[in-house]
Amino acid sequence: MTTLTDPDKESFRLSMLLYDTRYRSITMQVIALGLLVAAFWFLGSNLAANLRAAGLNISYSFLGAPAGYDINQTLIPYTSRSSNLQAAWVGIINTLLVAFLACITATIFGVIAGVLRLSNNWLVRKLMAVYVEIFRNIPVLIWILIIYTIMTVSTPAPNAFRGETPTSTMFLDAFAFTNRGVYIPAPVWGPGSMVVVATFVLSIIGVFAYRRYATKLLFDTGRLLPTFWPSVAIFFLPSILVFFVMGSPIGLEYPALKGFNFQGGIQIGAPLIALWFALSIYTGAFIAENVRAGIQAVSRGQSEAAAALGLRPGRIMNLVVLPQALRVIIPPLISQYLNITKNSSLAILVGYADITATLGGITLNQTGRAIECVTLLMIFYLIISLTISFGMNIYNNSTKLKER
Amino acid sequence: MSDTHAESVAFVRETALPPTAPPMAASGPVLWARTNLFATWPNAILSIAAAYVIYLILAATLPWMLNGVWTADSLRGCREVLDGTSGACFSVLTERWNQLLFGFNYPSELYWRPTLAFVLLFVAAAPVLFFDLPRKLLIFTGLYPFLAYWLIWGGTIFIPLVALIGVIVGYAVYDRLVKRNFALGFFSGIAAAAVVWWIGGALIEQFAFGAPMMEEIASRNLGGFMLNMMLGVTCVSLSLPIGVALALGRQSSLPVVKMICVVFIEFIRGVPLITLLFVANVMLAYFFPPGSGVDLFLRVVIMITMFSAAYIAEVIRGGLAALPKGQYEAADSLGLDYAQSMRLIILPQALKISIPGIVNIAVGLFKDTTLVSVISLFDIVGMIRGPILASTDWAGVYWELFMFAGGMFFIVCYGISQYSQWLERRLATDHR
Repeated sequence: MTTLTDPDKESFRLSMLLYDTRYRSITMQVIALGLLVAAFWFLGSNLAANLRAAGLNISYSFLGAPAGYDINQTLIPYTSRSSNLQAAWVGIINTLLVAFLACITATIFGVIAGVLRLSNNWLVRKLMAVYVEIFRNIPVLIWILIIYTIMTVSTPAPNAFRGETPTSTMFLDAFAFTNRGVYIPAPVWGPGSMVVVATFVLSIIGVFAYRRYATKLLFDTGRLLPTFWPSVAIFFLPSILVFFVMGSPIGLEYPALKGFNFQGGIQIGAPLIALWFALSIYTGAFIAENVRAGIQAVSRGQSEAAAALGLRPGRIMNLVVLPQALRVIIPPLISQYLNITKNSSLAILVGYADITATLGGITLNQTGRAIECVTLLMIFYLIISLTISFGMNIYNNSTKLKER
Repeated sequence: MSDTHAESVAFVRETALPPTAPPMAASGPVLWARTNLFATWPNAILSIAAAYVIYLILAATLPWMLNGVWTADSLRGCREVLDGTSGACFSVLTERWNQLLFGFNYPSELYWRPTLAFVLLFVAAAPVLFFDLPRKLLIFTGLYPFLAYWLIWGGTIFIPLVALIGVIVGYAVYDRLVKRNFALGFFSGIAAAAVVWWIGGALIEQFAFGAPMMEEIASRNLGGFMLNMMLGVTCVSLSLPIGVALALGRQSSLPVVKMICVVFIEFIRGVPLITLLFVANVMLAYFFPPGSGVDLFLRVVIMITMFSAAYIAEVIRGGLAALPKGQYEAADSLGLDYAQSMRLIILPQALKISIPGIVNIAVGLFKDTTLVSVISLFDIVGMIRGPILASTDWAGVYWELFMFAGGMFFIVCYGISQYSQWLERRLATDHR
């Protein structure tokens, strides 16, 4: 006669920490944590000792002190008597400005080049392949320098526009390309101009509303409204109408040569243009590859099936190929945007006052607060990156294939 | 019967006509041009526009390049030779090629040393890149880092020798103990190597083996394209094992390990390389023990290695995630422990999937080594912007120099990406 008994409950032995898989993971995590703490303690004590030896301390009070340097391109009020913090804000806004501009133009370049790489035209295909390969395989730093050199060396000085027989002339009498930057006309907002702007915003909303209505009508009744020309009409006509009804309240101020330099209009400095253009054309080459890969990822059967259903080529592209290709294109596209933002830190090379050049460059050199400046700089870029990747995760989840 | 019309018909052909050549438009170059260049009206316009663009580019550059001057001693000399015509001044390359390649402080009579190291790099890399070569060559690959260090920096041979002996002893210990337990072998190996290094270092100091066997070159004297190559090769090879470890850590089931890896990777990937180089330049020295005086080159190598390790970790994580779950389960059901299943089953496949991504990272990193010019290291871009363009002889020679630097990078990067495509085809074992 046998009785079933529970096996003896094993008492805990020290060796189980190493050999029992239940406890081993805890042991390893404790060791990892211990190593991490030890590493931080080691680095921290070194830092403290070094700072003591150098007679330094960690303090952020320098942010309130006057910066004492000038910045040539600012979007917010700034003088050399403003604080270092204000200089950092100028830098942040300049970073965001060039990143935003470069993202837009890089997308345009990339989409055009990516689509043309798949063209039936042999010459165009090869030309685009050469563009992509050349720009992808040469560092962006060299491209920035090359384009900056083009901007500053190959363009005429403002005084070339002067005199009876100027050696250079303004393009359309409105755009001047000089070695100090490009001068473009500036809008002048007269009284009543806000009405025009409001109309313009309303008409943009109107375009979307019309397209929604057309889609709804199509789904409900099957009646197909034309969308392209009405959209164009809604987009332009009301604004133009209001513009003339209000008596042309928005004017343009043209740049004109006064003395040694151009006055009036908007000056876009050579550093900004060099950085903007170099980043867009360099990243555009990468985006072109993403676009090509995305379009090729949609299997041929999809467009053939759409054609078999009787869709026209334009609709095949819009309704079948693009929605599927975009799912492949968008995630790498966003990380290219992230790359643009990070690469915009190379502004320091051409003297564009972005955050790296103000906070991490001049402020750091003048105050000697290396640790504080570099830490703040990293935190800024981290915030941008994490925000963008957060947004991307939301997008990825929303477009994930709903598998059942 | 057949003679009925014999007299009424003048000529009857008895053999078939030979086939005529197809019309011009249906074959050969004309057909090719028709289908590839002028298929439709928009296509034809596009072709003409593209041809015009090509013409513009060639018209602007070709005469300039063909008219180039190769043998003047300064920009002024070039202008005298050109005498007002447009032409490149390639003399800057013939005059300053050594600075562009080796930096301006590397003694010119010692150029053979980095050159030899560069040539040997191909020998060392060959068995890694091409599997058909005899496996014995891998021994040379193992020796190469120490040899290259000695060739480039010079100094006493005992330092690399002790380092090498340490690695050999460590590997021997690892090899012995790994059969019992991976962790045991791994950590004992490291400990054994550390002991050898410690003893060896003490011996070198004690017995003054420090007498230089080859002239010693300080790190700050390295420069030019050599510096880019050194940074690229060193950092990519160092970051591969770290990247693998980080990727495995990020996939780990241990929350603490996982969290450490995630924070590290996301932090490094979130900031631009240039801020990390600032850290190397102005901040990292504060984190070393007082008086250790780690030189800038080493600090830059540390930061760039961390940078590329984080990116490589993400690529390898992608490879790990792409493996079917069945592979992990199969390894488990064979009774392999974690280290064995990773080494024998998972990593070989995951690394194979991630090769294109790793190569992309390597190419990107190699291009990014030019960023060190911002923190006043004189790599090829630093040399151009600093000593060469600032000299009175060559101030104003931009395009030739940028073309040279761009060309160097293009050759290397394009070569690597072509290799990666070849490797992908080579490794495609799935017979799709």
